[in-house]
Amino acid sequence: MKYDVVVIGAGPAGMSAAIRLRKNGSSVAVIDEQHAPGGQIWRGVERNSGPVAEALGTDYRKGAALVQAFRACGADYMPETQVWQIEEGWNLFLTSGGKARRIGARVVLLANGAQERPVPFPGWTLPGVMTVGAAQILLKSGGMLPQGDVWIAGAGPLPLLYAIQLLGLEGRIAGFLDTSRKPGIAALTKLSGAWRDIPGLLKGARWLRDLRKSGKMVRGFHDLHAVGDGRLQYLEWQSAGERRKVKADVLLVHEGVVPRIHETMALGCAHEWNELQNYFTPRLDGWGETSKAGLFVAGDAGGIGGWLAATLSGEIAGLGIAKHLDVSFDAEGERHRAGLDKRLASARALRPFLDALYPPPTASIADEVIVCRCEEVTAAQIRSVAKVSAPDPNAVKAATRCGMGPCQGRQCGYSVQALVAEAHGIPPRDVSFFNIRPPLKPVTLGEIATLGDLEDAS
Amino acid sequence: MHVDVIIIGAGVVGAALAYGMALKGKHVIVLDGADRDPRAARANFGLVWVQGKGSDAPAYSALTRQSSDLWPGFRHELSKIAADRIDYERPGGLVYCLSETEYAHRAAINERTHNQGAQADTEMIERGALEHMLPAVGLGPDVVGASYCKLDGHVNPLQLLAALHRAVLVLGGRIEFRSPVKAISPVSGGFRVIGPHGELQAPRVVVAAGLATPALTEPLGLAMPMKSERGQILVTERIAPILPFPGSGLRQSADGTVMIGATNEKIADTSVTAASATKLAQRATRIIPALGSARLVRQWAGLRVLPLDKTPIYAESTDYPGLFAAACHSGVTLAAVHAAVIAPAMGGSHLPEDLAAFSNGRFNVQKCA
Amino acid sequence: MFKSVHEKPGKASDMTVLVNGVEIGAWNGETVASVLLRAPGAGRGSTVSRTPRLPYCQMGVCFECLVIVDGNASMQGCLVPVAPGMRIESQHGPREISK
Repeated sequence: MKYDVVVIGAGPAGMSAAIRLRKNGSSVAVIDEQHAPGGQIWRGVERNSGPVAEALGTDYRKGAALVQAFRACGADYMPETQVWQIEEGWNLFLTSGGKARRIGARVVLLANGAQERPVPFPGWTLPGVMTVGAAQILLKSGGMLPQGDVWIAGAGPLPLLYAIQLLGLEGRIAGFLDTSRKPGIAALTKLSGAWRDIPGLLKGARWLRDLRKSGKMVRGFHDLHAVGDGRLQYLEWQSAGERRKVKADVLLVHEGVVPRIHETMALGCAHEWNELQNYFTPRLDGWGETSKAGLFVAGDAGGIGGWLAATLSGEIAGLGIAKHLDVSFDAEGERHRAGLDKRLASARALRPFLDALYPPPTASIADEVIVCRCEEVTAAQIRSVAKVSAPDPNAVKAATRCGMGPCQGRQCGYSVQALVAEAHGIPPRDVSFFNIRPPLKPVTLGEIATLGDLEDAS
Repeated sequence: MHVDVIIIGAGVVGAALAYGMALKGKHVIVLDGADRDPRAARANFGLVWVQGKGSDAPAYSALTRQSSDLWPGFRHELSKIAADRIDYERPGGLVYCLSETEYAHRAAINERTHNQGAQADTEMIERGALEHMLPAVGLGPDVVGASYCKLDGHVNPLQLLAALHRAVLVLGGRIEFRSPVKAISPVSGGFRVIGPHGELQAPRVVVAAGLATPALTEPLGLAMPMKSERGQILVTERIAPILPFPGSGLRQSADGTVMIGATNEKIADTSVTAASATKLAQRATRIIPALGSARLVRQWAGLRVLPLDKTPIYAESTDYPGLFAAACHSGVTLAAVHAAVIAPAMGGSHLPEDLAAFSNGRFNVQKCA
Repeated sequence: MFKSVHEKPGKASDMTVLVNGVEIGAWNGETVASVLLRAPGAGRGSTVSRTPRLPYCQMGVCFECLVIVDGNASMQGCLVPVAPGMRIESQHGPREISK
């Protein structure tokens, strides 16, 4: 089966692009790991109603209309499907229901979003410690609320948003460990842009006020430890010269989000380093096309911008792809008439402010901390190798197995990069990323074997 | 600092030579290439393998056996000096035969090796006996038997490489990373080596830069006739032990991962293909069907460093004594002999007469145009 | 550790699933990884040191929710929606391959 366009990811960007491309009559397949469309932001939006939908807020409920339009757009929607290999040309190798198959495409659009930035600290592998995003997904997917002494530690808009959602459902938060630094000059210089999105600012202020009223807020602490025998039981931290210890059953952590880059890295696309947020983004042209012709990226996978920016970048990528498929298509005109650039600028207005307000954590990872969760490699082991090898995460990977487990470096990649940079006294941007290898998701040998004889591309 | 030998290439060949020289008290500097150079040392399968090697080249066969016998001691000493773990085992190895034709072909190779006077250390094993050797798994219906050589073993090649690097440093050597060499020029009393590290000078230079070797040695008239071949390898998630013997193309590491390899392709890049993954997965599941439920975690490709006749080359320039080059396909298997035999020769004297079979003179092209 | 807002005294869950042989209620829309956070002792034993782990990210990138679902090992529990009668079993250490 060969499509004009295969879109990976049925979140805001992927759905918007698919709808746009279907309007042009292109044949479109949309592949998604989840069982329903909406991405992480609108997970369960078709099913959630009543108090849960109410607590999740208006931005969440707005997703229902786009999901409905997507369902009706005529794209071949493939839920619960993983892409495990992409070959230029383009061939996509999929698995779903325990069976592998291949589909072809003239153009591929990666709209696979973001993941939370993993920040290793002592005890982060203990059961009971998870990300804020994870807890929010649990809320969206089964109405799950954390029980017992629930602590949040982190920075950025998501912890605040989640806390408000939780409180709206009469969930309880024992305390909030705010890891954000005081907004410095850098943040204030970005304010002029931020003012253009006043509702966003007001919402941020409301979150904070509500939160202060609702519970404990801890600031200016360091050396957080999650402690327990087989599961989280206590949190410890250093504050004002003394060691604090509290009972905890659940700790939710969050230090911002980073684009998903495994696909573009595996395909050898050019990437750029985001100095403000310490992550790589694929280098994109004005339509979202990567350095590989026919491979596009839209939404957070191309740089964190939030759901509204994602829908608009999805539409722009849709137009760019339409032009790629048919050079006579007036993509520029459509783009102008729909006011996409203006709307995108407005959707992104608050982003420089947020990026400056919540810089990624730079604290050194303690030696005893497990950095690679899969292969259980500690910061000390990584440092020991990094000191005597090239400033290359792949040298560390080869010597320690760090990044060789099933997550394929999705959890440890940036931490290893930072540790290598630290060991060599160079900035992280001068250290590359892991060499990303297929499969993009672990697939069984049996599935691969049953693909039948494929013609070698060579 | 006074430098005795500059070794160009910090792969498993260059590092083993550097280690062997440092053991003899030589001051060595090893120059490593760029981050994304093709690195056979990080891509290989990890067999310390005797059977079938040099079946048509008696000297290669003998060198392989010598290295295989040196390996346990080599590993012990290296592991101690580097204070690093090196997973290595020598339980003997299998070449699975999936048809009567394959079985007959293997038997003929063994016969040929025996006729060269080597010990009768390889035997053909019928399916029933093979089943007893692999009690934890069931064999696929196509498996006719295997060839078994008691000398064969396997090692974690990445641990080997890391340990060699560490040992070189422990023994007072230096390794300069991200230092791809541009040129070697003869100067009075030795050679000058030019690269991003600046200029280094030493009386001896050993080029062990894999496929980049000819480009460095041929301007000085030292021909190293080579070709490359792409090999793709699959590795699974960690699995509880099922394979007590390493096999050609199928082995379980000490970590539990199952490695499946490798393709032979006349392609000079290190990209991977789903078509090759399919072929490799098909063969592995034909041998052991239960592997069908194992998850593939990584697929990669490396470029084999192949002297034209597949036999190692250890050469010294006749025009510029002191300039050496080493290239071989089996840097892991030969690591022990490289450290114990080749390194002392290249580091302090000349290549002994009994290694003449490995000189580049055999190609009769010492002076290239 | 977690509880559904839909769970009320006297109200039946949407379905039941089996976790390590023990029946537990589950709710429409939740995934296997969500159930793991409610079922006592349902965690994974890590592959190397066999220390207890529970799902961390719920979005397919941490692989802490690897689990046996209806006999298929190393499934990402966060990508599998629950279904009535589903058999969920924990993995401890390197996974086993049956003969």
